[in-house]
Amino acid sequence: MTATDSGAGPRPAQVEFRDVSYRIGAKQILSHLNLKVAAGETLVLLGRSGSGKTTALKMVNGLVQPTEGQVLVEGKPTTEWDLVRLRRRIGYVIQDVGLFPHFTVSRNVGLVPRLEGWEPARIDHRTSELLAMLDLPPDQYLQRYPRQLSGGQRQRVGVARALAADPPVLLFDEPFGALDPVTRQEIQQQFLRVSQSLGKTSIFVTHDAREAMLLATRIGLLAGGRLETLVSPSDFLQAKGAEVEAFRACLG
Amino acid sequence: MTQFTEIWDLTLEHISMVLIAVGIASGLGIALGIALTRRPGLRRWVLGFAGVMQTVPSLALFGFLIPIPLIGGIGKRTAILALVLYALLPVLRNTLTGILGVDAAVRESAVAMGMTERQILWEVELPLASRTILAGVRVATVTTIGTATIAAAIGGGGLGVFIFRGLASVDSAQILAGAIPAACIALAAEGGLGWVERKLSPV
Repeated sequence: MTATDSGAGPRPAQVEFRDVSYRIGAKQILSHLNLKVAAGETLVLLGRSGSGKTTALKMVNGLVQPTEGQVLVEGKPTTEWDLVRLRRRIGYVIQDVGLFPHFTVSRNVGLVPRLEGWEPARIDHRTSELLAMLDLPPDQYLQRYPRQLSGGQRQRVGVARALAADPPVLLFDEPFGALDPVTRQEIQQQFLRVSQSLGKTSIFVTHDAREAMLLATRIGLLAGGRLETLVSPSDFLQAKGAEVEAFRACLG
Repeated sequence: MTQFTEIWDLTLEHISMVLIAVGIASGLGIALGIALTRRPGLRRWVLGFAGVMQTVPSLALFGFLIPIPLIGGIGKRTAILALVLYALLPVLRNTLTGILGVDAAVRESAVAMGMTERQILWEVELPLASRTILAGVRVATVTTIGTATIAAAIGGGGLGVFIFRGLASVDSAQILAGAIPAACIALAAEGGLGWVERKLSPV
């Protein structure tokens, strides 16, 4: 199965991988990845540990640069972007959250808007709005520090922080991997609701096939640095290949 | 009464010598420490140099500096230079440890959110490392207060004047007149800087 832009439609790709490879010494992490992500879709990169999915994700905001090929964001290669500007247009959520421990929730969420020079009143309004959207009552949470939050609350603050400056693209690196199953399910539902209402372009990395089925508009399955399959969740149930079957077996 | 004014004067001289030396060592140590977090290749060399400086017996170091032109000679300037060389390592090492100890996920988030190197340094790395850095300054200050008594051997003044005078005349009252105030200053510095450390962002 080759990677085509099925489902991308006539709209231009928001993010595009053009024959992207990545190698560290003799170790091939990614091989000839071709992929287009259309505006507004949620592409889930599914794969085992070491399949190259996180590396691919980090190429979108320039944390990693390809050793071959190009990653284009809004039609422009990441090598030509001013990386600071590029990153402020891309929200990033990771498993360890990475909230600043010395900042309150309010300062954490308002960080990128502040870097972008928003008026304080507008930042406050935006911060409260986002927390409310993620079911964290602002009056209770704005002044807390990350250490005063549970894992699920921290992750939601992380999502709020990524959304703060209203970036067109969002990247998620196993954001819910460290949460207990009940909290994970709640936050996944919340993610679906939020992503459907905001219409952002999301790239979501996970090793959990159920999560992929639940959240994706398309699933890209990576194995050993290669894109094995790129299909919609319903087609994923019929797709062929050993790795697809291995992941489908996890669906139970 | 004149003895008390002498103790008072030499105490002030001692404190000012320590403040100048620790001030320079802190500025230099923090700046150098920050630079080294960006240049892993240089770390070994600079830490090695600062480490060797600490192993030189202090009396010998003061002695070595006397014949060196421009920076050496007899007097306060040479004494301060020697004290700076001693105080450098704890500040440098703690700056490095503090910044490198910042959680990798926090650093990655800072980069991924589009913070510039300068913003990451001032808003993330230095605040999160501040307690560790200050602990280095505290250790440097307390040891410098003790080491500064040796400055009197090369004409640097300070409370060491009493101690050397007492040693020469086998007069323990003179030695105590230097040692007790020095110990009190060290205790006060330890307590004061320890308090500030605990006050700093409790992360």
